[in-house]
Order: sequence, then structure tokens, then C-alpha cells
Amino acid sequence: MEERKLTCIGCPMGCPLTVVMNGEEVVSVTGNTCKRGDVYARKEVTNPTRIVTSTVRVSGGSIDMVSVKTKEDIPKGKIFECVKALKGIEVPAPVHIGDVILENVADTGVDIVATKNVE
Amino acid sequence: MRAYDIVIIGGGPAGLAAAISAKKSGVDSVLILERDKELGGILNQCIHNGFGLHTFKEELTGPEYAGRFIDQAKELNIEYKLNTMVMDISPQKVVTAMNREEGLFEIQAKAVVLAMGCRERSRGALNIPGYRPAGIFSAGTAQRLVNIEGYMPGREVVILGSGDIGLIMARRMTFEGAKVKVVAELMPYSGGLKRNIVQCLDDYDIPLKLSHTVVDIKGKERLEGITLAQVDSHGKPIPGTEEEYSCDTLLLSVGLIPENEISRGMGVDMNPVTSGPKVNESLETNIEGVFACGNVLHVHDLVDFVSEEAGTAGRNAAEYVKQGEAHRQGGKEIKMNPVEGVRYTVPGTINVDRMDENLTVRFRVGGVYKNCYISAYFDDERVIHRKRPVVAPGEMEEIKLTKEQLLKYPDLQTITVKIEEA
Repeated sequence: MEERKLTCIGCPMGCPLTVVMNGEEVVSVTGNTCKRGDVYARKEVTNPTRIVTSTVRVSGGSIDMVSVKTKEDIPKGKIFECVKALKGIEVPAPVHIGDVILENVADTGVDIVATKNVE
Repeated sequence: MRAYDIVIIGGGPAGLAAAISAKKSGVDSVLILERDKELGGILNQCIHNGFGLHTFKEELTGPEYAGRFIDQAKELNIEYKLNTMVMDISPQKVVTAMNREEGLFEIQAKAVVLAMGCRERSRGALNIPGYRPAGIFSAGTAQRLVNIEGYMPGREVVILGSGDIGLIMARRMTFEGAKVKVVAELMPYSGGLKRNIVQCLDDYDIPLKLSHTVVDIKGKERLEGITLAQVDSHGKPIPGTEEEYSCDTLLLSVGLIPENEISRGMGVDMNPVTSGPKVNESLETNIEGVFACGNVLHVHDLVDFVSEEAGTAGRNAAEYVKQGEAHRQGGKEIKMNPVEGVRYTVPGTINVDRMDENLTVRFRVGGVYKNCYISAYFDDERVIHRKRPVVAPGEMEEIKLTKEQLLKYPDLQTITVKIEEA
């Protein structure tokens, strides 16, 4: 039996979680104060994922940068590949919240979308 | 002179939510004055996600969260002026502002909502010895440079202070190819949210050194390095613990200060603990018809609570405009008394006659307490006793009061809020 200590990120409470593992199998999750903590802990020890946010250049707009994010969370191990794929991208204005900036980033099956309106 | 029923100072999350709620409460003549070139305030540069879990039950980025309120404000045809700096407000609520198109102008308001937000504490406030080379930025300035202007402040970074903006910038600079060597925090605990420590530092193996501070800055033209030292329980550097770090950039994330020059100028009473106005249950200051909300009132860690609080301020400003004199009459005031671990409360007084059915009292604690209780005493009787596994200065706390509950105590003078150890 292996014990892993995590801090829940489901909300700002930041509950201290203890996950007991038997090899790859989660035996128990304790320390959480809501369901989200349990879900997070099980996922974090087996398949950790993150939403990645960054910016790309925009041409001809009211400002030079538009903020973007992965539409869904991607595997934690793919974060840097994702960030790298955004380097050098430039999109023409106008850009609107939700516009796809880059499809299937780093082969994750997840699109990069704009999170800001730039006219 | 132009006249509006409600003038809102600031078009960030607080100003937007106040304006929307004022308009929805039936006051049409609402004007937002914003000094930046767009609405949304600091959210525009907070491109990370995690906003809106309470308000929208989903995780949004800062610009998306702001976007939802901007869309609502536009749908409601709320008037706003951008690139407009408010210079002064008189106690009679004459707002003096200026912009490039109209020059200097005055607006007579019936009610004013203060929603100017806060600014970052700077190097000058810390008295760090050493040269004053280029390469030292507040974390928020660096955030604006990277996320809005598209400039990288540097390549080798040390961050002093573990406030949320510093933590967020540690990850952001890492994404942009910089090496973040260390985050140093003077206090024995972080001032930032747990989630940010996990997602911005732990994920990227960036060390967090608690009880450490910068004791020397090297480099004449450009920053070349800093010296870090451990501090004792009084915050004094311990000789012999110095460590050298080479870096071209030092980011400071060492606290936020509500921007209340205008409030002070008009004679608003201030709370020295929050550096924000003293307010009652309606979030009204000592000047009637002048309300405050958001980070100008007290520094928040969650924008969701800013929006909620600003909604209350906007609604009460609208009530004030509609009722005029009648608004203030009647009822007696209960005093909030923060002691033993509780640094302040917002509001500071409660008028039971004028309060809504439900009232959220927000506060911060002065230290980290584990397995403690948040207690509220109605005079000598303990009425609220809520167990909390951990409370920390970085995370705002609250207690909920109801009108029904307070009406049961007709002679109540003081509500004392404190932290009690288990």
C-alpha cells in the first residue's frame, strides 16, 4: 500500500487529500469535503490533466495579443508541447471568444480557442 | 453640469457588476467611468482559468469572465466612458473627470459607487537594499507586459512574495521560456491560494522558500542577481543563511493596496486594517449615497465574491436613489467586533431594519489556524460556531447572518467574530 498526499484544486478551499494506492488501484481517498475532491484525487494519481492558457499574436487589432486556452483539459505531460505549438502563431483581427485558433494541439484531440474579443 | 443618478468609478469586475445590478434594480441613469482603454479591469490580463466557479458553475479565464459582464452591461445599454480618469469627487457628489475628447468635466451624481480596485505594493515599500537596475517589476506589471503588450520582461527570474499574481506569473514566465529559479516568501506560509501553489509551482518543480527574503540586489544597469536569506520569527534576516541567485528579472508579488485617494479626498472614513472605506450592511460609507465594493473596499482573492459584493452595492445605490432621504432613517446599528485572529469584517456595522434577508460578513484571519472554529457572539451568547479544518490569511472567510436571526435579539449591541481553537 502506498500513500499519496495531494492538495485538492477543485476549488479555493484546497482540501488536503490522502490517497491510498495499491499499485495502480486507488483504495481510498480521504480529506476531501465534497465529491469534487474524490474525483480530482482519483484522476490526479492516474491521469493528471490541466487546462493550458497562453496568448498568441493578433494582427490588425486594437491590441497585439489575444488570450487563448485549451478548450478542454489536456494530459499534464503534454503541457510544454502545447505551449510550444502556440509559438509563432499570428491570427488576424477580429477574434472572438470561442474562435478556434489551432485544432488538435499537440495531438491531444483538443482545440485551442480564443478567450477574449479583439476587434 | 451633466447629471446621472449613479456614477460608478471603475469599469472592472466590481464596477460592471454594480452597474448591472443598479440598472436591474430600476435605475436607468447609470454611468461607468473607466481609465483604461477597455472595460474589464485587471481581468483582461488574468488569462489563466479558475474564475467563475461560484458565479457560473464553470471555470473561465479572466477575459471570458469579464466578457460575460461586459456583454450584460452592453445589453442593458449601460453608459460608459473609457480612457477617462476621475480626478476628484466632492462630498456633494460632484465627480470631476477628464479624457482626451472632452477635457476636464464635471458630473453631478445622486449616488456614487467606488469601484477603483487596488494597486500593487512596490519595491519602495519594502526597503530592499542594493542598486536600482532595470529588471525589477511588480508581478502585475510583468503580467500586463506578457499577456497584453506581448513583451517578455526577462529570462532568469526570481519572484519575491507568494501572492497569487506571483504564483501565476511563475507558471506564465515558464511557459514563455523563462527559468523561474525560486519563489521566496517572507512569511512562514504562502499568501496565495493552495490551488495556485499546486498548479503553478509544484507542477513545474519551482521551489517555494518560506521565511526567506531578498537582502541584496546586484547589477547597475540591468539586474544581475539577488541575495536571498532566511528570516527569523520577527522577519529579520539570519546571518549566514545568504544564498546567491543570478537572475535578470525580479518580480515582486508582495501585496495589494486599495486605491482610495479619491475616497479620502471626499472625506470617506477609512479602515486602517483594510485600507478601504468603513461600510455598513448596505456597503455604504459614512457619506450617504456613496457605496464601495470590490478590491477598493478590501482585497479579495476570488472575483466571484467581488461580483456578488458589487451587486449588493449597486442594488443599494439604486435603492438610495429611489428612496432618497427615507433610505437612512430608522433602525439601530449593531457593531461588528473582530478579535482574536479575525483582522477585520466587511461590513463594520449592521442596521437590522435596512439589511436584506441574508447578509454575508466577509473577513480575513491574521494567521494560519488548523482545526479551529469560526465563532460569532451576539453580545455574550455564542450563536455561530463553525468548524474549519484550516483557515489562512490568503483565503477570505465569511459568516452568514439572517435578518430573522438578528430580529430575535432586539437588544443586541455587538457581534464579536473570532477564531477559537478546538
